[in-house]
Parts: sequence; structure tokens; C-alpha cells
Amino acid sequence: MSEQSAQREDKGEQSAHRALGLTDREFDLICEKMGREPNGVELAMFSLLWSEHCAYKHSRKLLKKLPTEGPRVVMGPGENAGAVDIGNGFSVAFKVESHNHPSAVEPFQGAATGVGGILRDVIALGARPIAILDSLRFGEPDTERTHYLVDGVVRGIGHYGNSMGIPTVGGEIYFEPPYEQNPLVNAMCVGLARTDEMVRAAAAGAGNKVVLFGSLTGRDGIGGASVLASAELDEGDDAKRPTVQIGDPFEESKLLECCQELLAEDLLVSLQDLGAAGLTSSAGEMASAGGTGIDIDVGLVPLREADMEPFEIMVSESQERMLAVVEPGKVEQVLALCTKWQTASAVIGEVTDSGTFRILKDGETVGEIRVEDLVDGCPLYDLDPGDPGEWTYPNRETIPADASASDIALALLASPSIASKRWAFEQYDSIVGSRTAHRAGAADAAVLNIPESGRAIAVAIDGNGRRVACDPYQGTIEATLECAANLAVVGAEPLGVTNCLNFGNPEKPTVAWQLGRSIDGLAEACRALEAPVVGGNVSLYNETPQGPIYPTPVVGMVGELPDASRVAGEPWREGDAIALVGPFDPSLAGSELEKQRGQLGKGLPEFEIAPVRQAIELVREAVRSGSIRTATDVSDGGIATALAELAIGSGVGCDAHLTALLAKRDCSAEDALFGEGPGGFILAGEEAGLEKLGGRGVEIEVIGEVRGNEVIVTASDRRVEILVSEAEAAFESLEERIESDQAGITH
Amino acid sequence: MKWGVLQFPGSCDERDALNACQIAATALGSEGGSGSLPRLVWHEETDLSDVDGIVVPGGFSYGDYLRAGAIARFSPAMTAVAEFAAAGGPVLGICNGFQVLCESGLLPGALLTNEKTRFICRQGELIVGEAQSPFLSGYEAGQRISIPFKHQSGRFFAPADLLEEIESNNQVAFRYAPGQNPNGSLNDIAGVTNEAGNVIGLMPHPEHAVEAFAGSTDGLALFQGPAIAATGAVA
Repeated sequence: MSEQSAQREDKGEQSAHRALGLTDREFDLICEKMGREPNGVELAMFSLLWSEHCAYKHSRKLLKKLPTEGPRVVMGPGENAGAVDIGNGFSVAFKVESHNHPSAVEPFQGAATGVGGILRDVIALGARPIAILDSLRFGEPDTERTHYLVDGVVRGIGHYGNSMGIPTVGGEIYFEPPYEQNPLVNAMCVGLARTDEMVRAAAAGAGNKVVLFGSLTGRDGIGGASVLASAELDEGDDAKRPTVQIGDPFEESKLLECCQELLAEDLLVSLQDLGAAGLTSSAGEMASAGGTGIDIDVGLVPLREADMEPFEIMVSESQERMLAVVEPGKVEQVLALCTKWQTASAVIGEVTDSGTFRILKDGETVGEIRVEDLVDGCPLYDLDPGDPGEWTYPNRETIPADASASDIALALLASPSIASKRWAFEQYDSIVGSRTAHRAGAADAAVLNIPESGRAIAVAIDGNGRRVACDPYQGTIEATLECAANLAVVGAEPLGVTNCLNFGNPEKPTVAWQLGRSIDGLAEACRALEAPVVGGNVSLYNETPQGPIYPTPVVGMVGELPDASRVAGEPWREGDAIALVGPFDPSLAGSELEKQRGQLGKGLPEFEIAPVRQAIELVREAVRSGSIRTATDVSDGGIATALAELAIGSGVGCDAHLTALLAKRDCSAEDALFGEGPGGFILAGEEAGLEKLGGRGVEIEVIGEVRGNEVIVTASDRRVEILVSEAEAAFESLEERIESDQAGITH
Repeated sequence: MKWGVLQFPGSCDERDALNACQIAATALGSEGGSGSLPRLVWHEETDLSDVDGIVVPGGFSYGDYLRAGAIARFSPAMTAVAEFAAAGGPVLGICNGFQVLCESGLLPGALLTNEKTRFICRQGELIVGEAQSPFLSGYEAGQRISIPFKHQSGRFFAPADLLEEIESNNQVAFRYAPGQNPNGSLNDIAGVTNEAGNVIGLMPHPEHAVEAFAGSTDGLALFQGPAIAATGAVA
């Protein structure tokens, strides 16, 4: 302990900064930078911008490893969202962000405001949001808590997205025990903008006015970023419910239209949304990005409650607010447009050339911090990684060891992570905006028409935390390749990547090791795919007294395709040939079956990325050429599950033989039927079309035929033989399981 | 024929409706220059003299606060729409627009929260009713069409005597196909007309079934109906 902090402790003052989440050393550093102790307003501001959530102090050094540049990148990390060029003068902006802890405490509002927040990030770039995707993680669906969380989160996402008129076009939901107390709610937004009309968040021009518009500022969400997002969850989190923000999609809908009109009229110098840490973060980061200073008078901020303290106004996380820098001559027009859209607005400050962030109350200074100290002054920490050397998560047996192959197949189809999520996705408006050419299923990407560019884009989101827990490096590469595979089956080529890194407490060696290895894997995979990372988010401290979550990097990918009418999304037909394509080398390691047998362990088989990429490219070309009818990648539950899902989708069965695969890969019958791993695709269509894909350096083999009303998959002496109707009943069984005791839950 | 599409704060599907009007006009070969391009009508506008038909679009006008459609009915534009309808002008309400027209008294009945209380969004089928309306002139009574359902408050309700009146007057424009009623609507009613037939409202979304990529173009005829009725054009 330093001398200063020792003195403070003597005076009984130690609790102020600690309660706000700052360490003694960080507090000393603040005093050193300021040349004095911060007052209450300043301390509150520092505590937020120096929080993990805002400063990325445990991850920033690692994130520098990610490839961020490419010929199509328009905006990279550091802006409100990333953006890539899609031609004809248009760009797509996109980003994924977490709202995990708020959703753990209050699932409906937590998820709703998660969607609202990521929409505003994209709106702030001057883009119109055109799609939402969600990546959700819960505990096993047999507890009242999981039912409560699923119900609230799904309703919350729907409430916000539907009311805003932005389609939710895809997503994924996994159910694993480590997420029981700490669910993950990651929302991704994709927006469309004219490239030359996009705005940056940098303040510019001393004397320009700072305009706050949108909802009134209230006491909601005070300390959300530091209190909720930068510490572990523990008992008594119900008491933190007031730190969760409340969303109002109607306000945001007006805000969106208002922003679009302000930008179309060229009335703004720059635009920034208010998210975590409210005005402090928005104004501070605008000034930092522009190398300017900024004055904010809290007395001018339109308030919901009259008696708010200056520090409360500066850190409030009231939703649906935006901050703009406006030339003095255009202020009147800006305020008039806000009035047209029935949204509150006020000039609350001015850009200066002082390099200082000055807080005033009715003209009198109540806080003064150098922008540089506030935004970039937080120390960045090196992690202390330690490979735990063994599997550190619980195992639970739910399938008997002697189950028949058919019983295993049915159990896998019914397993919550694999089973149909239609009941959830049907609660989302997936078509508003008239762009949705294809809503994402379990194993592909959503396709959106972009008449503006004459092409279409595809979007996917993926991240199997269980496999990353087995091997953070390989697992993260797999998640990234899976995204690219999902794009390939709709004929799309990756343009850019966003990611949300959901991990436990980085101050613990195992989590530090997981985080470091995962980022290495993400960097490696993105380089191999030539898909730059243009933005993202890090969510740490996802752990409870029961332990950390599975390390869960969620990868979002945007790609483009020439023709939205060719997405190989058709059901297969009686008489179609079925082919297995790619260097797929199935293994039960980290698989759904190994989980259900309670035999999960550390490690995944190694593989080479290059042949997987080749297979992805072949499938993409095949889909684009229209020579195949149906394409999917082999994912959770292996080949047998993939075939059963295709049979369910079409109502027609299949007869497939994997015996040749056994010989070629020297794997067991169970590996072949249910094993997982990267680089496998199932294609179906006329045999002649499939045969044309041979001779291009990618393994391809016809394994069977579409026919009958049974799914028959034979691997040596093991055989799955189930009726399509049985498979469908298993696949659709999750809804009832999830909703079984929801009658008593109301909002 | 030139359409005006209302825009309230909180409208969501107004651009989709605008797009559908445009596609419908183009398909009938009546695009005829910018003078007949469909346009948005801001909720404060009161002069509708330049348009030949009105769409009250879907969405969440005023956040659906108080009750879906309850606030929008008081907008200046709706006063103008009531006059427009009284003069026989064709008015189409979709989803939230249907709710607004019911709240305004331009259509009979009310829309309650879905039986399961959840938002639903899925492709479904409707059966075209017996109602006499220019909007239905591109369809045959009894025809089965595929149109997306998406709403949270779509359960059609009317007191027994009013329901009887709607049925006996042949004011049912659409019913959900057998077994597909998604919300508990009485008599499977998905859409109704006023007595004169020039005002129609439905919960499903025909504007999302006008382009091949969406999987169905069965909604197009609804937007073409008034023009077909007026000119005797063939769809």
C-alpha cells in the first residue's frame, strides 16, 4: 500500500474509490495525474471510464493482435461500429455487444436495452439498422431460473427489435450448465449507409455546440458499467436491479428517424450515442477522438427528475439519447428537427481547444479533468495466464453408455442446444424492412437483399463455448470457420468480422489463459480467411461463486453474395444424391454426445485451416452456380444430426453410408455418426451436379440418397434408423420443455 | 393511381407499404411518371387531395402506448382519412393500421392481445372472404393465399351482435385458413371491410408478400385491387 493510500485508510476514506471499483493504485495514479485528489464528480467519472467495461484494461494489449485492415474496411475498431464497403457507394456497419450482467439481474429490460444499445452504435455512424442477430447462452432448461431468463430475454429482444421495425434475422441459443447463473446476451446489429455520408464520433471545431437529444436524463442505470459489467455476479444481485436501464423503443424509433434526417440535411459535425457511462463516456470520447476539449453544463441537460446531482447527470445511463456536435449556425435547424420528431433536445455545451473536459453547473465549474487522463490514462494490465492442465468444468451424464445409435440420434435432436428454436425466433419480426431473402436456420446465414448495391449480404453469428472450453485456441478458430461455413452455404464470401469476447475474471490465471489463447485463435482464423476484425466488445467477469462461464468468443461475420435467389436453402427432394464434402475428421472430443455422456475433457484434435478454407470456397462456388439444391455444414451432433435436420426440413428421409469415411479417417462408427469438427459439409442435389464438384482438390464423396420416410445412416456395425416424424418430434420438443412452468411468470 | 402511406412516430412498415404500392402500380403498367409515385403522408398533414388511396401501415404508432392504435386515431391525418373514407376513397389498414382504423370507428370490432400473449411472426395462409370491396377485385372468394402473420395484438373481437352483423353483411375480407388462427380471433377473422367496402383492414402483412424473394407474391393483388376495380384492368 502506498503512503497516500495508507493515510487515506487512516482517515477512513478508503471506501469511496474502492466502492466505485478503482484500486488504490489506480486512485493514486489519478491523484498524480491531476496533481490533487479528484472531487466527487471527477471520481465518479474516472471510476467509469477506468472500468473494465470502458477501458478494456485487461484485454486491450491482447486485442492488438487481431488483423484489422483490408481493402474493404471503411471503419475499423475504435469507432462506434465497424464498416465494410459493399460497392456502389454503400457500406454495411456492424457490431456485436454483450448485455450479460443486466440480463442476469433483469432479463427483459437487460436484453431489450442490449438491443437498443447496439442499434444506437450503428445509428451513430449514420447507418440505418437493417438486421439484428442474437447469440444467447443459458443454463440447462430444467430449472425455474433458466425458464425465467429465457422467457424474459426472448421477450425483451422481441419487444425492442419488433417495436423499432428492425428485423431479427438470425441467432443461436446454447444451453450449458456454466451459464446457469450468468447467462449471455450478445446482440449484433447490421446497418446500411451511404459511405460518403457516414459520420465519425470525433468532436471538431472549437466553438461548435454540443447538442444532447432523445430521452430525458434520469437516475436509471447509474453505475451500470462499473457496478454490473466490471465485477463478478454474486449473491444479492437483486439489489442491483436499479442499476439496470429501462428501454423505450418508441423513443429510439423517433431518434433513429431524427438522426437519419439530421444527417441527410447535413446538419451534424459528429454524432455519438450514449451508452455505458452516459455523458461522461460519450463527451469524453468525442473530445479524445477529436483532440479537443469539451465543456458540458449539467444545468442545461433536460432531466426526468429535477433534483439530480451533477455526478448523477454525468454518469446516468438513461437510454435512447444521442450527442451531436453542431456548427452554431445550424443549431436552430437541429433543434427544430428534434421537435418534429417529438424528441427532447438542448444545447448543453461547447467544443473547446483546451484539451480539458470541464463540467459546469449553471456556469460554475464543478469538475475539470484533462481529456487524455480520463480517456487514455487508465493503466493497461498484463495478464498472468496459467494453463489449468485439466478439465475444470462439471460433467453430467444424461445419455446411458449403452444407448443404441437411434436413441442417441433422437437424444441429440432433442438436446436443447441442437433442438429447434423456432418457438423463440417466431417471437421476432424477421421480415420488416423487406430485405430478408432468407432467415438464418441453425446451420446457415441470413441473407438480406441490398438493391442499393445490386447485390445481397449474408450475416451469421457463432460461438460454441463448450468447444472453446476444451481448447480455447482451436475452439475459437473453429467458431470463426463455422461462421465462414455458414456464409458459404448461402453462397457468401466473408467481408469482415465483429466479435464479443465473453469470459470470466481475467485476474484468474485460467481465465487469462483462455482469453489469450482465444484471441490468438481468432487472429489466426481471421488472417487465414482474409476477414479483418472491424469492431467488437469484451465482456469479462462473467462468473459467479459457482465458477466462470465457458470461455465464449462470439463471432459475427458479414459477407456478400451476387444473387439472393441462390442460397441453396431449398429442401432436398426424393431421389437427390447426398455428398459429404471437405476434410472433415470427426471426433467425439468436445461434442454434444461427449457432453451428454458426462465425459468432457480438455483438448480438441488439431487440424489445418487451409484445406477447410478450400472446402468453404468450393461450397460457396457450388451454391452460387446453382448446381446443388441443399447445403449445410456439419456442426453440433455430427453427420447423423445434420442429415436428420435436412430430413425434418423437407419431410423426406435418407439412406446414407459412412463406412468409407471410417476407413479413410480411421475413426470409430460413433465418431463417424456423431463426431464433430471443422471442415464438413453435406450437399444434396442431382448427382450430376455434385459430381461436377470433383477434381478440385477438395474431398467429395456421395454417401447416399434422399428417399423414404426414415433417416437411415449406417457406419459399419452402428446404424441410426429413425422415422422422420420421430426425429421431428424430438427436434421440436424444446418449446414444451421451456414453457412448461411459465404460466406463473408475468411481466 | 397514387397512394399515400401514413407515417406516425413509431410506424415500422411504412417503407414496405410504399414499396408494395410502387410494385403494384408498376406491375399494372401504370407507373406514369413521378406524379403518381406513392408518397409518405406525415401524421400532421391534412391535405390528401393529391392521393387516390390511403394505406395506414403497420408498426407501433406512439409505441402502442395506452392501447395499440389508440393515440394515432387522434392525429390530424386520421381526421383527413375519415373524410377521405366518407367520400368513398379506398383505405387499407395493415396490422397497426387495422388497429388504428378500428379505434377510429372506420372499421368494426377491436384487436386484442394474442391468446398466447406473445408476438408471433410466421408465414401463414388466408382464405379470401365474400366481402364486396374494390380491394378484393384481384382475388376470388374462397381463394387461399400465403401472407406473413406478425403481430402481438391481433385477436379480432366483436360483441356477439356486432359479429353477427359483420358476418351477415358479408364484411369478412379474410379468414385464417383452418387450423392456422395464430391469435384466437373470433370466427378466424383476419380482416374486415366497412359496410361500403371501401375501407379494409387486416392483421397479416400483404406488403411483405409482393416480391419473389419473400417466398410469396400473393399480397400484390390487394394493392392493385382499387385500380383493377376502377379501370377493369386484369391482374
